Amino acid sequence: MNTIPALFAAPVAVGVISAVLAALISITDRIVNNYGDIDVSINGGKKSLEIKGGQPLLFGLAEQGIFIPSACGGRGSCGACKVKVHSDIGPIMPTELPFLTKEEISDNTRLSCQVKLKQNLDIEIPEELFNVRDYLGTIERIRAVTHDIKEVYVKLPDGEEVNYVSGQYGQFEAPAYDTIKTPTMRAYSMSSPPSDKTHLEFLIRLVPGGIVTTYVHTLLQEGQKIRVVGPFGDFHVRDTDAAMICVAGGSGMAPFKSIFQDRVDNGTINDRDIWYFFGARTKKDVFYLDWLTQLDRDNERFHFVPALSEPQPEDNWDGPTGLITEVLGHYLVEKIPAEQAKEGYLCGSPGMLDACMAVMQAKNMNPEKIYFDKFA
Amino acid sequence: MNATPLLNPFSLFFASIFTSNILLANFLGMCSFISISKDSKSSNGLGFAVTVVLVITSAVNWAVLHYVLIPLQLEYLRYIVFIITIAATVQILEMIIDRVSQALYMSLGIFLPLITVNCAILGVSLFIDIRTYSFTQSVIFGLGSGLGWWLAIMALSAIRKKTDKAPVPAGLKGPGITMITIGFMAMAFMGFSGMLQVQ
Repeated sequence: MNTIPALFAAPVAVGVISAVLAALISITDRIVNNYGDIDVSINGGKKSLEIKGGQPLLFGLAEQGIFIPSACGGRGSCGACKVKVHSDIGPIMPTELPFLTKEEISDNTRLSCQVKLKQNLDIEIPEELFNVRDYLGTIERIRAVTHDIKEVYVKLPDGEEVNYVSGQYGQFEAPAYDTIKTPTMRAYSMSSPPSDKTHLEFLIRLVPGGIVTTYVHTLLQEGQKIRVVGPFGDFHVRDTDAAMICVAGGSGMAPFKSIFQDRVDNGTINDRDIWYFFGARTKKDVFYLDWLTQLDRDNERFHFVPALSEPQPEDNWDGPTGLITEVLGHYLVEKIPAEQAKEGYLCGSPGMLDACMAVMQAKNMNPEKIYFDKFA
Repeated sequence: MNATPLLNPFSLFFASIFTSNILLANFLGMCSFISISKDSKSSNGLGFAVTVVLVITSAVNWAVLHYVLIPLQLEYLRYIVFIITIAATVQILEMIIDRVSQALYMSLGIFLPLITVNCAILGVSLFIDIRTYSFTQSVIFGLGSGLGWWLAIMALSAIRKKTDKAPVPAGLKGPGITMITIGFMAMAFMGFSGMLQVQ
């Protein structure tokens, strides 16, 4: 063999051997990972689906129009896509363990993005997920309500309607842009009332470095198509006579706007005492001020308490000042009768949630009657 | 060191398990040997996986060597080619086990991919070349080496169970006493070498 062919022989041989092995692997993959169609029975046979096997349960269900909430898109990093799997599908995987509590492990809860469809399954999902749809909406209006919060009003496709309960959220998808290579979904509470069945409104605050919020604040235009999946979530008003102690900050306004407007629409706004504490730094961070003060004025049992932590001289602020927790604590002692039954409703940053929980519990509110939106 | 006529299949099998144990005579595959032997259940799983992979890769690599590399005079590529076939074998094996037995798949866990970089596997394939084994000899040598590796890791994990509770001087705890233990084990296995040798 002379030198020139010998020079080429080596890379060619290595290439051919690698190619043969790669082909073998992919043939094995075709044969071994071909599970055919899998029957999935949901909630004791309420719905039966035939799904192509070999893929994660989360994607298989989405293909059939059942959307399990997932903030990370199936990467196994958010732990939101929990479902109960009653069929025996083997032990829990190390990738699922960090997201499951002891109770969840004992009642067969699994992460649907980590469960591969290999055999017929019997699963259980929250009933309301049947209601979840995938909408390709149109941005009808987008406007800034503060310097860093935008109100985004999405029109659903013609002929489609959405049914949800005030306090639920939707997943809003930003398409790939700039250096972000894949579409990204984030969850935002609906701020529109459920009576508006052909639109969904979201309040989206600019988070520095946030993929979806940056997109919404810099690139999203009116008239553009946008993908929204929802509704999800179990944050809702409990049907009791207890006074509602609502606390929000920033875009945590969204579920409450929906809740109050819903009660106005139903004529139930005056049926129970509602205290709405809204915390902001300066006056420019407060929004919907006119609407809320008007509600307060018109309805004897509705009380709006905006509080500024750093009022500026030009704000001419004569309302409460200080951190929202201080104002809340003060009102719970001074203004709201101690003997009155109370329920807490919270929406805001995790830090604010924890601080408000602590204040409410210190003022003898039952922690089991404090509800919050954990996605906020 | 040409064809080794002294070895009938049975002596080769016996020798590769005991007298020329791939771990304790050749010191190949030490890293997983030391790290996994902490736990005897994992050791068992890894030992089994190593054995299966060794049998398959010794057969495949023998075929690649004799039907591709030698005819094309490309023996000098054996390192890279052997590693590629080992990686592919492990990959295919992993997919098959995933399909066939979920329990085995879970118990092997990350060990199966780790085997790709276990030098005992590459070592066996290279010995097959150096010692010019026939196909049958290669498979027997692969099986024997795997069983020998399995035996050695099970023995070490059993000993480590004892040394964990023994009053070992603080400075020797963990890897220190393990290395000393392995040294004693190697000496013990050398006792077999008087019987027969595969070199």
